[in-house]
Amino acid sequence: MQIQLNGEAHRVEKEVTVAELVEALGLAERRIAVEVNEHIVPKSSHLAMRLVEGDRIEIVHAIGGG
Amino acid sequence: MTEFYQDTPLRIADYEFSSRLLVGTGKYRDFDETGDAIAASGAEVVTFAVRRTNLGQSASEPNLLDTISPDRYTLLPNTAGCHDAKEAVRTCRLARELLDGHRLVKLEVLADDSTLYPNVVETLKAAETLVKEGFDVMVYTNDDPIVALELERLGCCAVMPLGSLIGSGHGIQNPFNLQLIIERASVPVLVDAGIGTASEAARAMELGCDAVLMNSAIAHASHPVLMASAMRRAVLAGREAFLAGRMPRRSKAEPSSPLAGRITR
Repeated sequence: MQIQLNGEAHRVEKEVTVAELVEALGLAERRIAVEVNEHIVPKSSHLAMRLVEGDRIEIVHAIGGG
Repeated sequence: MTEFYQDTPLRIADYEFSSRLLVGTGKYRDFDETGDAIAASGAEVVTFAVRRTNLGQSASEPNLLDTISPDRYTLLPNTAGCHDAKEAVRTCRLARELLDGHRLVKLEVLADDSTLYPNVVETLKAAETLVKEGFDVMVYTNDDPIVALELERLGCCAVMPLGSLIGSGHGIQNPFNLQLIIERASVPVLVDAGIGTASEAARAMELGCDAVLMNSAIAHASHPVLMASAMRRAVLAGREAFLAGRMPRRSKAEPSSPLAGRITR
């Protein structure tokens, strides 16, 4: 199925969880925050939350800024 | 502060700090330089931006939060780059998730890219929402005392007027407005934006600011680590001068040496 990941189209397995997506992106050990359809998905829900077709995912991290 | 006088801590929300210099993490050459400059600045509060991760980056790629560890610094995620209240609120929620429930944020909602002037209307809206959601909001604003007081009324824990445009290095362009804000505000007032060199940081503190926040003045100096050290001293010097109380200005000279006993007459 197709999702929007950080503003770009991205293909994933059907019913993939947030945790599986994060793992597949190599971000599992990193400090990130995840939003699905403009709602925060807390780390405690990454394992349980399943994505559906068309979901808009944002994965953010800290970068230098003033 | 010194053996002569023990300064009170800078109190922001439930935090207490001994350093009155807050710094950003942008525009450095690499994370080593970032870490060295921040250490030299003596800052305890460090601000950073929240952005989309680069997909495909390797897990071994360095991470800013390894350089500015939450164990060592009080982190201040900011909403730089947001142009309306909704984006800013979303960014703060992401930051809170990123930092495991951390509530202290720097709110800035920008109007346009050539001035980076604050969009006050959107800033006020975002501040109101964020305070209701339990954030401790340090807010970037223009140097309008009425707006600053309104932000305080909405519950912001610090107001941070610009000295001049972000990244411009033009120092404090309207010290009179800044003084009006300092006189009237009950929450800490920080100059955020515009400081270019050490004397300007000292000036902000001499005017009675509670602290100064800067990024470019250090990161864009030819020698950032040395400038960070200069800024640390400047903020301290300005603070001491403020506490000491400057001498009155006079329109005529007044000799420092006594007139009596001169050998010339």
